[in-house]
Amino acid sequence: MRRFASYIGKRFGWYLLTLVFALVLNFYLPRLVPGDPISQIVSQIATGGVESETMQRLYDTYVEEFGLDRSLPAQFLSYVGMLFRGNLGTSFSQYPKPVTRILADALPWSFALQLPALVVGWIVGNVLGAVAAYRKRVFDHVLFPLSLFLNSIPHYALGILLLYFLAVALDWFPVAGGYDQALTVSFSARFIGSAAYHYVLPFASVVLVTVGGQAIGMREMSIYELNSDYVLYCRSLGLGSGKIIRYVFKNAVLPQITGFATSLGMVVGGSLVTEIVFSYPGIGQVLFTAIRQSDYPLIQGCTLLITLAVLGANFLMDISYGLIDPRIRAAEVEEAAT
Amino acid sequence: MIELLKRVWTSPKARSGCVVFACVLAFGLLGPICLEAEPTDMVGELYEPPSAERWLGTDNFGRDIFTQLAHGTRTSLQVGLLAGLIATLIGTAMGSVAGYKGGLPDAVLNSVTNLFLVIPPFVVLILLSISLRTRSVAVLAVIIGVTSWPWVSRSVRAQVYSLKTRRHVDIARISGFGTFAIIVREILPYILSYIVMAFVLQVASGILTEATLSMLRLGPYNAVSLGTMMSWALMFEAVRAHAWWAFIPPVLLIAVITFSLKYINSGMDEVFNPRLRRT
Repeated sequence: MRRFASYIGKRFGWYLLTLVFALVLNFYLPRLVPGDPISQIVSQIATGGVESETMQRLYDTYVEEFGLDRSLPAQFLSYVGMLFRGNLGTSFSQYPKPVTRILADALPWSFALQLPALVVGWIVGNVLGAVAAYRKRVFDHVLFPLSLFLNSIPHYALGILLLYFLAVALDWFPVAGGYDQALTVSFSARFIGSAAYHYVLPFASVVLVTVGGQAIGMREMSIYELNSDYVLYCRSLGLGSGKIIRYVFKNAVLPQITGFATSLGMVVGGSLVTEIVFSYPGIGQVLFTAIRQSDYPLIQGCTLLITLAVLGANFLMDISYGLIDPRIRAAEVEEAAT
Repeated sequence: MIELLKRVWTSPKARSGCVVFACVLAFGLLGPICLEAEPTDMVGELYEPPSAERWLGTDNFGRDIFTQLAHGTRTSLQVGLLAGLIATLIGTAMGSVAGYKGGLPDAVLNSVTNLFLVIPPFVVLILLSISLRTRSVAVLAVIIGVTSWPWVSRSVRAQVYSLKTRRHVDIARISGFGTFAIIVREILPYILSYIVMAFVLQVASGILTEATLSMLRLGPYNAVSLGTMMSWALMFEAVRAHAWWAFIPPVLLIAVITFSLKYINSGMDEVFNPRLRRT
């Protein structure tokens, strides 16, 4: 158990280091360019308007928030300090709304779109992949190229096709948004019904692509397993194919589980553009608007959120691996011994 | 290298993938030369449907879609190939030095690789793109390339690591060859197939990344790409205006390009990976 604790400690230290590096990138990259955009925009705000009093107040807010009168490292420290207090600054475009508020409003939509789509896509894809590997000719020649083709289309491109054929041409589904604009966000039956109706197409475009990707991976893993000695042995013993498939599935699915854990990190950033296609009110839509309006605090908030989700998912995966797989613990011990 | 290509050609998958990709390549190379019009010329009305004169109709500014498609394919291929080349070169260099040298260089290079494996490259790309004042096709390809090498580096490192204890490598070392010469002459030829496969996948992902960036309106400012075509179509409501000719061709073309590259990769995998061969 002490070894396990030290493993977790080490991983935690490593992720902390990565987080610091990510924060540095998040802070410095937009400021690296000559005539750094943030001070430029702030001065634009300050000089652009007529109502000088409001402008002055805006300008003062940003100068104070970014500490524009101080050196870059000092600005970075105050940025990190603000982060720890849960403050991501004030949005340029939706002044005076704080960035955290905007993100908190959008995040549930992205989660609700990605998480179920990942789970469903993963399960269906893996079953199809295993079947494709086992039933060589029938499924493999149809299913494999089909999944590969599905997986070659980015979510959002598939989304555009679905949007056109099912929502515009056939008029079966709504063309935009996460819910009927006449309704307000609430827990009423009407709102939930409307949200579910708007959910179908974005969900379908993420799920179909995920199924394709998972099926290809699972097929490959299963072929590896099917060619292994224990399968030959089982066959020579005359075991039924149902039983063999179960053995193969168990072994082949392990790496796929790792893949699933990593893809959980994409719950925030995985369908950014799909959200844009459907004007779905998630993080992708927020990021898109922020980019169009050069709203740097909001952009940096989005990128930070995406990074945090990925780091968090990877860390959780490492922990659960340490718990599940005795070989990882053994390897860690060996590494420590050398 | 010729030997390698010959073996690739034995796979029906790789062969059909190559044929499709060659067709797209020809369209992207010859199209812009044969078509006289520039993609930015406004030749017709808003959203003219396809006709004998304008094969794929016009877009929201009355620009010819077919002309744009040819230029867009060229841009997307340029970005993909250049980004793929850069990513593969950096990844191979980092991975082979780390795998061959071991010890401290390996520890340092490996930590850097792991760092960039965990930090989503897309985030770095967004941060870089919003700060760049000029996003030309070349600049875009370079930043996509320098953010997507870690996967190549990781797999090359593993391959080199397993090769470095081979006899011929030992002999070269005893004969006094330097690290660089040994890596280039004794190790890389043996993993060439892996590197080519990694390159093929990197080209595909480079093309997709460019398209995604364009959809976020961070695409090239001076050229038409398949991504910017989709982005314009969406922005100017081509989908809701039933102007299918404005967005279906670029969507399909992107899918066909990535599909052909992944098909080549999968075919090569079956050729070079004996465990994947069916018995």
